[in-house]
Amino acid sequence: MGINGKSYIVGIYEHPCRAALDKTLPQLHAEIAKGALADAGLSKDDVDAYFCAGDAPGLGPINMIEYMGLNNVRHMDSTETGGSSYIVHVNHAAQAIAAGHCNVALITLAGRPVADAKEGKPVRYYNQQAPDFPFEMPYGPNVTNMYAMCAMRHMYEYGTTSEQLAWIKVAASHHAQYNEHARLRDVVTVEDVVNSPMIADPLHRLDCCVITDGGGGIVMVSPEVAKSLKRTRVKVLGAGEAPKHLAAGQVDLTYSGARWSGPKAFAEAGVTPADIKYASVYDSFTITVLETLEDLGFCKKGEGGKFVSDGNLISGVGKLPFNTDGGGLCNNHPGNRGGMTKVLEAVRQVRGEAHPKVQVRNCDIALAHGTGGLLGSRMGSATVILGNEAA
Amino acid sequence: MNTDQKNKINLVVNSESKPYWEGAAKGQLLIRACNACGKAHYYPRTICPHCFSEDTAFVEASGNGVIYSYSVTRQAKPPYVIAYVKLDEGVSMLTNIVDCEIDKIRIGQKVRVKFSEAGDGYALPVFTSA
Repeated sequence: MGINGKSYIVGIYEHPCRAALDKTLPQLHAEIAKGALADAGLSKDDVDAYFCAGDAPGLGPINMIEYMGLNNVRHMDSTETGGSSYIVHVNHAAQAIAAGHCNVALITLAGRPVADAKEGKPVRYYNQQAPDFPFEMPYGPNVTNMYAMCAMRHMYEYGTTSEQLAWIKVAASHHAQYNEHARLRDVVTVEDVVNSPMIADPLHRLDCCVITDGGGGIVMVSPEVAKSLKRTRVKVLGAGEAPKHLAAGQVDLTYSGARWSGPKAFAEAGVTPADIKYASVYDSFTITVLETLEDLGFCKKGEGGKFVSDGNLISGVGKLPFNTDGGGLCNNHPGNRGGMTKVLEAVRQVRGEAHPKVQVRNCDIALAHGTGGLLGSRMGSATVILGNEAA
Repeated sequence: MNTDQKNKINLVVNSESKPYWEGAAKGQLLIRACNACGKAHYYPRTICPHCFSEDTAFVEASGNGVIYSYSVTRQAKPPYVIAYVKLDEGVSMLTNIVDCEIDKIRIGQKVRVKFSEAGDGYALPVFTSA
């Protein structure tokens, strides 16, 4: 049983804050839930399924359902795949709705890494019981150098350049200038990117995403509920999820799990990359986008550098408008988890509610992709394809 | 993963990893191999991740390999080099490249294991130019 056409996204909300010093983590989740339900025209008592990931405090759904007073929940899911979790949740919510387990699913993400750092709290936590921990942590892996090694290898195998990677940031910045909430709104050039300080060779500061507080939420419903609502509905056409890891020592850093999650999503949706009018692609770093675009089939493996160059990802200019909210590179990467905002901007595009300067014309089919964990070791990849009512 | 600086080495020695660290303390780089399917794997596990057999054992690697990929963490003081080294036995491991001019490090470069002090009598396998 597939999910194509069996559920709709009817409500979304992106928290406008980028530094949440005056808000607690549960409070952010609740504000987001309220915003997403209001967008859908539903109330909290309509919610019969709740989804959250590792960002939610305590035992996740248990604590958050109580805190928010979601009194009619009969289905819960706290699948954790890092920043891609919320795209996995869209898939799982679609499956649960299709199976009749629920009719109104709420997904929330919130984080406050900026506020936590200012308050002297540990920003990230990695469990010492993780089996890889003893053999990796002594060498100083961090988020940036683990993505950097992917870029270094991609450059070695395919001749990809820093200038090509820079075009990804340039495109994001062109979009972010129109987003009043974006953390970084200045348009940058390829020169700006390659002349910014080297953080971990070959990634420069402007190859890296922003760190922000806030979050986002999604409301998904059955076709029957969708028809009763006034909101423009966005159909879930297909989804895929896949783990990718170091394969017992057979390390290959030139591709991501999108190699497997993408084809599953396309097959279920019954479309091909050529049908995609807009793509939200997880952009923790520029290299994340480049490898993902290749793996999803928008270009051949190794030709990502050429594909992203010369503004090809800029809305109104290139063939594949991407991350028209400014993405994680410029707009928002709440809680160091960018999967949620990828879905939100794809929904805006299909609704025709993106900023007029970046709205893609006739955006009937859009894709959102997430990469959770580390591109340089182990990750959870997730792809979802969305469409309008006619799609 | 929680800092831009290289962590102070704090080895996690547990029942599964202890022989690995004891080997390193004696100057041996150990990988794990499966007697059932004949394949090696890294990082070492009790049950073979290739065939799920429990008939696995530590074996000493040659200590020779080539750099598969690397990065220099520039903002750390001092900067350090993280790398995946593909061992001659066919498995790759995360490690550091040390005692080299960091701007001359290249993918494909031949490297050889050495062992750096890790406290409590233990040692950490790292690599340097062969």
